[in-house]
Amino acid sequence: MDACVKQRDYTAKDYKSEVKPIWCPGCGDYSVLAAITRALASMQLAPENVAVVSGIGCSSRIPAYTSVYGFHGVHGRALPVATGLKIARPDLTVLVTGGDGDGFSIGGNHFMHACRRNVDLTYIVMDNQVYGMTKGQASPTTEPDWEGSKLTPDGAGIESFHPLVVGLAAGANFIARCSSSDPNNVADIITQAIRHPGFSLVQVLSPCVTFRPEQLEWKHMVRTATVDVTDDAARAARRLMTDDGFNVGKVLYKGDRPAWQPEPKGVAAVAELEADFAL
Amino acid sequence: MSGQTVSLVMAGSGGAGVVTAGSLLLEAAARAGWYAYMTRSSGPQIRGGEAAVMLRLGTQPIASHDDCFHLLVGVDWQNVGRFAAEIPLGPDSLIIGDPGEGEVPEVFVRSGAQQIALPMKALAKKIPDGRPNMVAFGAIAAMIGLTEDVVVGVLRDTLKRKGEDAIAASLAAFRAGVEAAAEFPAVPRLPAGKADTTERWSITGNEATGMGALRGGVRFVAAYPITPATEVLEWLAPALPKVGGVLVQAEDELASINQIIGGSYGGVPSLTATSGPGLALMTESLGLAVAAEVPIVVIDVMRVGPSTGIATKSEQADLNIAVYGLHGDAPHLVLAPTSVADCLFTTQWAVHLAESLQTAAIVLTDQAMGQARAVMPRSAAVSFIGQREKPAALAEGVQYKRYANTASGVSPMAIPGMAGLMYTADGLEHNETGTPSSQASDHQAQLDKRLRKLTGYHYGDHWADITGDEDADTAILTWGSSAGPAREALERLRAAGHRVRLVAVRLISPVQPEQFAEAMQGVERVLVVEQSHSGQFHRYLRAQYDLPRQVRALHHPGPLAVHPGAIVEHITQWS
Repeated sequence: MDACVKQRDYTAKDYKSEVKPIWCPGCGDYSVLAAITRALASMQLAPENVAVVSGIGCSSRIPAYTSVYGFHGVHGRALPVATGLKIARPDLTVLVTGGDGDGFSIGGNHFMHACRRNVDLTYIVMDNQVYGMTKGQASPTTEPDWEGSKLTPDGAGIESFHPLVVGLAAGANFIARCSSSDPNNVADIITQAIRHPGFSLVQVLSPCVTFRPEQLEWKHMVRTATVDVTDDAARAARRLMTDDGFNVGKVLYKGDRPAWQPEPKGVAAVAELEADFAL
Repeated sequence: MSGQTVSLVMAGSGGAGVVTAGSLLLEAAARAGWYAYMTRSSGPQIRGGEAAVMLRLGTQPIASHDDCFHLLVGVDWQNVGRFAAEIPLGPDSLIIGDPGEGEVPEVFVRSGAQQIALPMKALAKKIPDGRPNMVAFGAIAAMIGLTEDVVVGVLRDTLKRKGEDAIAASLAAFRAGVEAAAEFPAVPRLPAGKADTTERWSITGNEATGMGALRGGVRFVAAYPITPATEVLEWLAPALPKVGGVLVQAEDELASINQIIGGSYGGVPSLTATSGPGLALMTESLGLAVAAEVPIVVIDVMRVGPSTGIATKSEQADLNIAVYGLHGDAPHLVLAPTSVADCLFTTQWAVHLAESLQTAAIVLTDQAMGQARAVMPRSAAVSFIGQREKPAALAEGVQYKRYANTASGVSPMAIPGMAGLMYTADGLEHNETGTPSSQASDHQAQLDKRLRKLTGYHYGDHWADITGDEDADTAILTWGSSAGPAREALERLRAAGHRVRLVAVRLISPVQPEQFAEAMQGVERVLVVEQSHSGQFHRYLRAQYDLPRQVRALHHPGPLAVHPGAIVEHITQWS
């Protein structure tokens, strides 16, 4: 069979599994799941050549809800799994999904180094500024004065983490922010992120209606960013550091670093390496 | 140890060049047709600092150090006394010191060894660019029977980049040493080695581990540097790309193990190497590899623990964490090489088993064998190559069961890129298709399956090295680098008329009760030998196996090695 001939056109539905999500009604993650399947359909990627990797958290459940290859690992380690997979199998399209706690707290070191390493991955972070799966604790992106958690009844008291600024500083090659209230835009951004070489960071504001019901207002608070994409990291940094976090819908930074992909250099037989030891 | 051997130490402060001289001596011994075993000890300094090289040379392959060294050469004595416990000497030993470098430390003098003066520095000074370490080299060579023609060849090859003057200076200093030693008392002189009929290698345990990984089919390695495992990685880093693989330096051990889980999920046999602190960090994700059934191999080159412990020295005390460290019921493989040479076979076998059984394998080597260099027979290639069972294509509409509850417990594993077989690998408990499940029945079925695939597998004779007498009444039970001295003790005991058997366990987990019972046939008493303060191996054996009635344990913590003589003494004085 001619491998170039596509057997059929894929629709978004072809990328969705029959497993029913455990999410609460109204969770922003439903839209992000839909956006991922739409993005894959728009690119007509064969499902068997796509992998979605995650750690632990509500949004990290996404792999099982897709019909592509999935990997649902341990808390905070999605990026290393994806890094190993992509380096071992550069032919695959590898997406990473997760939340703000998984990515920026327990997985913070990997986040920094994944940006820096710039392997060709697309990292979609559903940011709801709370730990939902453990029923409502402050995450790294939670405001310092949020008193909704029994664990930090007086508020976390520490400034929130700014993932896009940190990602930019660490070397992410593509940075975008979008809102789950506009799934078509999320799909478009994810498509661009997949197409862009290197490490792409997509922050999706995805409300937790159960533990942060006030986030239902987000859909009224977000606005389409008025700036155009830049390849100037200094300019991007200034914009990111001065905005209020609700400028969405646009790619904010696109770098031109080539993706990092160590290449095997040869096809020597292992026996040839015995020369290192032979007397 | 069959055949004749001579044991010697060269020690000195940083810059004295004892490691260089020791390496030259090893190389020359190899060319002379002898076998060799060399370990090193160094102070805590990052660079320089006192160092000692311990060599045992012989006419047959060598598995461990002797009880005592015949010869200690101190190029100088600065801080060398720190190594005293690692350099056992006796009244028959010789100590060569430079009178210009001060007294021989009291701690060595107390052994009663005979002292000889050799003015290495003064002799070297007479030669332009002459160095005291080469004078020492010459003296040792003369004493043990190493001929000059062999040494000339080694110096030429080793120093060729430094030019003819450097070669000439080294050779002149070497000759000064030879000359000075003409009247020295005797140490065992080795007979000329046999004509080179067997192919031989000069290799460290850590290099052998790397080679075993490649022979087993590993093509992806991610790791974080740690003493004393780094040399495994440093050998693999340039070697892997030559055979179509890659090595990534990860940001930490959590990343290392998860990267290799990712690589292996992608279908590429994958491995990492670390030491105790790194293994501790990896244990959560070892459980992930077990639950998601992703084959991986983790090499732990053990060092003295707990915590940072003594990073540069050896101990066999990670057995407990390797066997029991994972949370939940997480059956996996734990293996341990029994010698420098066996680092190759056991690592290769571990890759083969991990791939065949789709689980995590931990290989416990240690600093003593990892950083030891041996001149040994070439390790023959064996057929253990990692091979995973892959599923056949399914009919349209049939759902692939990644975690199918098969009779063997091994479920055919799809690799991304295979159409129609997409699944999600999961650390969450799951049903046969991989869908997360919190049902008791799925948990029970998957636990049973993951255990069954390990316990039902036929591991063959490789589970242990068993040597000695068929009619033995006494057995030595040991593992890892303690197997070296135990082998030598076995030979000595048998030569003295004792009926003894040695069982050096290679497959620590899963246990092999039937084979073990067979290995204990006729045995009335057992001596368990290991290098751990709490006797981890002894306790493990007691928990897992039916032991003969009389059991004694010889165990002490690192970094002191177990000596063959101590084992012999325990058995001969058993009453």
